[in-house]
This record gives sequence, structure tokens and C-alpha cells, in this order.
Amino acid sequence: MFLLAAEEAAANSWLYDNAWLIPALPALSFLLIIFFGKRLPNKGAEIGIAAVSAAFILAVLTTFTWMGDIRASFDKKEEAQVLTVDGEEAIAVVLTAEEGEVRGAPIINEVEWFGIGTDANRTTLGTEANGHGQPAGGEGETHADEEGHAEEKAFSISIGTWVDGQSVMMLFVVTFISLLVHIYSTEYVKGDRRYTHYFAFLSLFTASMLFMVLSSSTLQLIVGWELVGVCSFGLIGHWWEEKDNSDAALKAFLTNRVGDIGLLIGMTILYFAAGQSFSIKTINEMAVAGDISKGTLQIAALCLMAAVMSKSGQFILHTWLPDAMAGPTPVSALIHAATMVVAGVYMIGRLYPVFFVGFGIAGGTINVMAFIGGLTCVGGGLLAFVQRDLKKVLAYSTVSQLGYMVLALGMGAYTAGLFHLFTHAFFKACLFLGAGSVSHACHHSFDMKADMGGLRKYMPTTFATFMIGTAALAGLPPLAGFWSKDEILVGAGVWPGTEGNGTYTIPFIFGMLTAAMTAAYMTRAVWLTFFGDYRGHEEPHESPPRITVPLVILAFMAVVVGFFNMPKQFVEALRLPSRFALAFEHWVEPAGVATFVSKEANKFTHAKPSLSLAVVATGLALGAGFLVWNYYKRLYAMDPKATEYTNGLASRIPLLATGHKVLENKYYLDHLYTGVIAGGTKGPLARAANWTNQNILDGVVNLVGVTSVSIGRFVYRYIDQGVVDGAVNASGSAASSFGQLLRGMQSGQVRQYATLLFGAATVMVAVFIFAV
Amino acid sequence: MFLNQFLFLAAILFCIGVYGVLTRKNGVLVLMSIELILNAVNINLVAFGAFHQHLSGQVFALFVIAVAAAEVGVGLAIVLLIYRNRRSINVAEANILKG
Amino acid sequence: MMNLVLQTALSDTGNWIANIFFYIIAAVAVVAALKMVTTNNVVHASLYLLVVLSAVAATYVILGAEFAAATQVLVYLGAIMVLLLFGVMLTRAKIGAETDLDYDQRWIGALVATALGAVMMYSLWEGFGDVTMPAEQVPQRTEAVADEIFSTYIVPFEALSVLLLAALIGAVVVARRD
Repeated sequence: MFLLAAEEAAANSWLYDNAWLIPALPALSFLLIIFFGKRLPNKGAEIGIAAVSAAFILAVLTTFTWMGDIRASFDKKEEAQVLTVDGEEAIAVVLTAEEGEVRGAPIINEVEWFGIGTDANRTTLGTEANGHGQPAGGEGETHADEEGHAEEKAFSISIGTWVDGQSVMMLFVVTFISLLVHIYSTEYVKGDRRYTHYFAFLSLFTASMLFMVLSSSTLQLIVGWELVGVCSFGLIGHWWEEKDNSDAALKAFLTNRVGDIGLLIGMTILYFAAGQSFSIKTINEMAVAGDISKGTLQIAALCLMAAVMSKSGQFILHTWLPDAMAGPTPVSALIHAATMVVAGVYMIGRLYPVFFVGFGIAGGTINVMAFIGGLTCVGGGLLAFVQRDLKKVLAYSTVSQLGYMVLALGMGAYTAGLFHLFTHAFFKACLFLGAGSVSHACHHSFDMKADMGGLRKYMPTTFATFMIGTAALAGLPPLAGFWSKDEILVGAGVWPGTEGNGTYTIPFIFGMLTAAMTAAYMTRAVWLTFFGDYRGHEEPHESPPRITVPLVILAFMAVVVGFFNMPKQFVEALRLPSRFALAFEHWVEPAGVATFVSKEANKFTHAKPSLSLAVVATGLALGAGFLVWNYYKRLYAMDPKATEYTNGLASRIPLLATGHKVLENKYYLDHLYTGVIAGGTKGPLARAANWTNQNILDGVVNLVGVTSVSIGRFVYRYIDQGVVDGAVNASGSAASSFGQLLRGMQSGQVRQYATLLFGAATVMVAVFIFAV
Repeated sequence: MFLNQFLFLAAILFCIGVYGVLTRKNGVLVLMSIELILNAVNINLVAFGAFHQHLSGQVFALFVIAVAAAEVGVGLAIVLLIYRNRRSINVAEANILKG
Repeated sequence: MMNLVLQTALSDTGNWIANIFFYIIAAVAVVAALKMVTTNNVVHASLYLLVVLSAVAATYVILGAEFAAATQVLVYLGAIMVLLLFGVMLTRAKIGAETDLDYDQRWIGALVATALGAVMMYSLWEGFGDVTMPAEQVPQRTEAVADEIFSTYIVPFEALSVLLLAALIGAVVVARRD
């Protein structure tokens, strides 16, 4: 694969120049499905699958070409050794390129969408005279040169494609998961009354997400951003006959609008700050070079942060995400776990210089982005503890993981954030589709406590893949989540010897907490779903292949994708070819960040990996998982059908938690008692050991379990439901009573309104004329 | 020629239009009065365009004409809907917005 | 015909002729407008509106805005009037006088309109009391208007086309029977 690009350089630029085909194919499929879908034998699903497959193949080719080009660009600098690998000649390059080199510059192709100006000062196509970056060599249709002179800039808007590591990575993720979700959906929504409509929207969603990913201008980004919002609205409300679902769709849409205001304002600020340019490249370059004042960048970054908060479910605008689980499960997997919700994270990455300079990430200790990310990952994780609904656990987990990504980006761990986005997409899609499979088996219920339990015996494939996804999410080595999580924690620069962009102590603590919590709540979910005894009514059954095959593929990906970015030291220790080290970082780090490195003022560094940190973080996760496991195991021993302790009432009220603890301890004294009696024949040392085991270890187990559950409940009940919803309700009732006051004026007579309108206007004009 | 003679004509037509909107019950007549108001605005635009020897006045008048066409289309559709539902286009009876 | 009027109006000697034309047209417009808002016959009202619209088109000609005048005739007199007449017919208005076209309290409308008119005219008088039009009136050629629309005003123009499409769909959705 590495030879592919080197040898077929001509084909490369074709792929780069025609990247627009990737979103165009699903868009075309949307139109075809809408117009002809119902008449086709498979109701339009085949068109969607075909188009997304084609887009996927193109995306894969582009990805490999990109990877090859990056390698080729290293070739120029490094001595190339010719080795024989698998009978083929492959070029192994020692990846020892120093930080500081500009590589992987984006390839931008733009055409003018529309422009304004008379013949004299008509802008030539695009804003980038030299759109082609390094690897491509700059063939293809070009623009500015043909038109001759790019004269003084009138107003011009370009639409184009931007191919670089980051967008190529997203192209791959989106088309891959979309394809699997398409296949999965043919089974999952089989017989649905709006089957065709569903597939049309899936196609449109894929197209708009890809369109957004490839945007070369902020305006295009906004268009793509809103398009995915609309598709999300349509798909959450797919079963709109039930009011809950249509409410959830509305909530998602409206919450997103709040953030969109921030997006529009932020982008407008950047447009003017960058000398009236929508070009992302120009904005990034100016931000890096310090041509835009730091204050402006900070305000713009804050505005954009609002957009990220709504789209990527950050605290306090995260509330729509769990509700969005009202949509069909494949949609949740595609949109609300893997792709759409990461749009905000992606946008941060795309405009990273703006955030990096605006928030002063280099050398900082805390900033808005890192703080919001940290808050979100802890808050989301706590909420995941108290959900009954399997999908909601995953939804809050998504919130928490998105917080992780934002946290990483906020700490300057750019690659780590995007790498987590990459790995998270696979294992979270795997988990969501697994949850869908479970619900498919349990007659469309997601209630873990009422309808699940013991499913591992009935659904071995789903169970196995779900376990892999869980382990990956919890960050157990060597699965995908481990590598990305570790990189994020390293990126905080707190742990000795890591040297990040700053010393982000508080975000680091948040990150460690989340690492532990993730393992804990996923253990709880897994136990309730797959272990214990089955609590449902009818016999569950394993899902058909169209559901399990995507699961297996995703589980496989969840295992392997982490290896794309192994630290150098690790690779050396295993004596692997050095090209495996930090491959993802080399592929993805785009020009925007690479140029940082050369700027002394904006020092952007990579943190150094730390084995001890990895061990501690994994230990935390394992420990937390083990505690919860024990909690439920004990519960099972007590009553196979139980899902919580019968005296759990106490844990619901935080004040009674202390009393609860005492109660629990009494119960454990009984255990100790039997333990002591049972071990009466053993020596005093054994007895003491037993006592320690039963009393202290179990006490800790119990305490942690109980406290985290009650904190979670507290947050859910009082913060989420109480404060946030309370504020909403309060503003509602205030508006209502004010409305009562004004009611008298509302006669419903149009004439009266018009009279008031014109009369008031007259009075106002008169005031302006005579009094001012 | 004074600029004001055009502006006064426009002002008078505008006020007549306002009077029509405020007194007419018949939906179609209300729409007609709105057309009158829009035309008064257009006279202003064109007159100022001619005064400043600039084309933008005329261009905006053209835009207003196009918007007026859209407005009449939707407005009549609404009037027809009211008529179908209530067998009357008396806007005085369409008062379900009453608080 | 239009050109003739135009040239007369804009030539040096034709200035006073144009003035006379204007006052005649303005008088016709105001009277027709007043009749339109007071008549008891819906069909008559639309015919009066026709007169007002034609008079406005003539005003455009005097101002040298030939393309706006042509559009006024085409769109308003041609399309909008037909649409309004359709509206009159589809709502089965009586052919002939009706009694219940106005609200009872017309004085409120008259009061507001008069007050508004007074305020506007006062401010116009204050602002442009003795401002005259440029002596050398150059007709604004259609060609120049086209250039302007498709260069400077291309974005509003595109937005307008979207608006028209939206209005088209909206009108169909609102008015269709289902």
C-alpha cells in the first residue's frame, strides 16, 4: 500500500482534485431515493448502500494515497532503505523527522460559488492562487492562473474541497461507519413505514457530513453544519407519531440553534478579522502569524465554543443528546456517537490556530475549552451511572467522551484529541449497534433493569463484540481506547516527564477521574445487560447476520485502530519497524498545526509518552471496573434477579448516604461474621487477613459504588433536572404571567393590531422629528 | 422639478394605503391597499435614484416589485384558505388569535 | 410612445411639460387611490387600483426609470392584477355594490392615516423643501440596470429568486385542498 502512492503520483492528484465526488455520491443517492426509491425492489436501500460503498472506496483510496504521500515526503528527507516485506519491495522510512517540519500541507481545490464585482475588478476563481499543496504536486484544474490576475479582491465566495490528514481521516470514518449503518439498518428498520424516507435521510446525512468535512471556507462549513443539523432533526424524529420522539427532535434542533448563533457570530468575526475572507486557510495563517489580535481571536473562539457545546454535547448544552436516543438505534450510532456530534470537535481541529492562539493554550494551566471539556467528561460519566436505559448510558458516555476530546484539544493535545475522535467512532458505533442488537432481541426495549440480564448466553456474538467495545471504551490495553486516552492524559503535561503544552492540572484530574468512571459505569451496564439472569418476558434470540456482521467488523476495528498511533518508545521496545510509531500523528497533523511548530511565538509541542502514567491510568480503570463488578456480583449472590440493593432507597438522598453506609456496614458485619465463623478453623493470621479482606476491601468496594451512584443521581436529579430544567421552567412561567398581563390587548383583530402598529409608528416618528 | 413633488405623491398614496388597510374588512381589498403602500415606497426609491443619478434606487424598486408579487401570491393563498374554512373573507371574523 | 414622453420630459424645454404631466398623473393617482379605498364595489376597487398602478408607472417614466416602468406594467398590471381579480372571483364576491366592506369606525383609520401623512409631509417639507431634481436628467438605461443587478446586487437577486420559489411552494401548500 505504501508503494501505491509513490508509483502512481498522477493518480494521486486525480483523487485529491476529485474529492468532491465523495459527498456528491450520497447526495445523488438522496435525490434518487427520494424520487425513485419507493418503486425499487428494496425500497431504495440498495441505492444508498451502493452510493455509500462507492464513496467509501474513494475515501479509502484517498486515505491510502494520502498516507503514501506523507511517506514519500519523508523519503526526500530520510535515507530510504529497501526492505523486503511479504515478498514485496517496500520502502521503510525511519521516521525520525524532527518536529518543526511542515508536512502534509492541505490540498485545496476551490471554485467560485458566486462573486460580486464589475468586469474591471472581478475576482478570479477561488481565493487561493496556489491551492495545491506539497504532496500533490499541483496538477488538475487550476483557477487563478488561468484567469490571469487576481485583482483587488471584491466579494467572492468559493466552494471547494480541502484534503489533508484531518479531513481524510474523517472521510474514512464517516463513510466506513455510514456504510455499516446502512447495512445494519436494512435489518433493523425492516418493514418500517418510512423505510425509504429513512434511507434517503441517511444518504443526505452522509453527504452533508462529508460536505462539511471537506469544507475549504467557513461559509461552507456553516452550510454543512446546518445540513447535518437538519438531517439529525429528521432522523431523531423518524418515528414522530409518538410525541416524545418529535419533542426530542425539536429539542435537538432548538438546542443546536443556540450554539449556531455562536457559530455565526464567531465566523463573522473571523471573516472581518481575516480581512474579509471566508477561507479557512487564510484565517488559520493569519491567526498563526499574529495578524489577528489575540483579543479578537479569543472572542471568536468563545463564540465558536458555544457552537461546539451545542453540537458536540458539551455541558450545559448537552441535554439534547440523551434525548436524541429517541431516534432509531443505527441513527444513534451514526449521528449521535460516531460522526455528527464530533462535528464540533472537528471544527475546533479545523480552526485550531484560532483556538490555540485565542485561548493561549501554549504554556497555560486552564482555559475555557479545557474546563468545559473536563466538566463534560466528569458530568457525563456520573450521569451514565444512574440510567436504566442502555442507550442512555451510551449517550451519556458519548457526552463524556466528547468532553474528553474537547479537553484534549483544550490542552493543546491536538493529535490526541483527533485520535480519540477516530478511535471513539469505532468502538462507540460498535457499542451502539450492539445495544440495538440487544433491543432487537428484547423486543425493542432498552430498559436494562426490566428487560435484560443474562443475555450473554442468548446472544454470544453481540456479547463478544459489546465486551470488546466496552474494553476499548474503558481504555484497557491494547484496545483502541487505551492508546488515545493515554495520549490525552499525557498531553496534560502534568505527569512527570511528559512535557505537554502547559501544565493542565485540573483538566488532568478530570481526565483521570473519567478514566476510572468510564470503566465503572460500563461494567455496570454490561453486568445489567449481559450477566445475571434474564429478566424479560419472551425468549431473546441472537440477531441475524446483517446486524452481527457490522458488529464484528466494528469490534475488529475497535481492537486494531489504536495501533495506528503507538508511541515511539513502545514501537522500539517491541522491535517493530519504526514506521508504525506515531503514524496517525504524521498522517493527520495538518499544515495549520505544523506551521505552528515553526513559529517560536506559538510554541506547539508534543508531549512525551510515559509508561508509568499508562500503568496508573489502566490500573485505575481496572480497579474501578473491578469494584463495580464486585458490587453486582455480591448482589447477584443475594438475589439473582435484583438490579440494586433493596435498601437502595437511602442512596437516593445524599443526606442519607451516611446512614446508608452504616446500614451497609452492618450488612457486611454479618458477612464478616460468617466469614470469621467459616474461617474459625483457620489460624489467626488467616482470620485477620480475611477480616481485612471482608471489611476493608469490601467496604471500599461498597463505598465507592454507593457514593458514585448517589453522586450521579444527585447530579442527574438536582443539577440536570433541577437547575437546568428549573431555569427553563422559570423563564417559561415568567413569560406566561407577563403574557396574562398583555392578554387584554390581544383582541385577535388584525385591524386593531395594524392600527396600533401604524399609530405607534406615527408617534415615534413624531417624537424623533419634534423632540430630538 | 422638485424632489418633493414625488415624495409628497408617495406620502399621500402611502397614507391612503394605510387608511385602506385599517378600514377594509374584505381580505382582497386589504391586499390591494398593501399594494398601494408598496407602490408608494417604490416611487420614493425611484425618485431618490433619479435624484442621485444612481441606479440602485431603480434596482431596489424592482426588488420590491418582485417581493410584492410573492406577497400577493401568499396573501391570496391565505385569503382563499380563510374563505374555504369560514365561507367569508371578512378579516374581522378571523380573530382566533384572541388572547 | 414611452420614449417620446421620456424625451419630452427630459429635454430642457420639456421640463415644464413634464411638470404638467406629473401633476395630472399625480392627481389621477390620488383620486383613483381614494376611490379605491372608499368604493363599495370590490371589482371597481380593483379597477381603480389598475389606474393607480398605471399612474405610478407613468411617474417612473417621468423619472427616467424606463425598466422599472416596464416591469411595473408587466408585473403589477399584468400579473398581480390578474391574481387579485382571481382572488375576487374565487371568493365569490358580489358583482356590484356591497354594504359590509368597511369597519364601522372608519374615523380611527382616517385619524391614523392623516396623522401619519401630516408627520411625513412635515418632515419631507423640512428636509427637502426646495431641493430640485438635477436639471440634466439622464434616463437610466436598462442595460446599466442589468449590469448593476448582476454585479453589485447579485446576492439579493439570488436571495430573491429563492424567496419567489419559497412563496410559490408556500402558496401551493397553503391553498391546496386536502
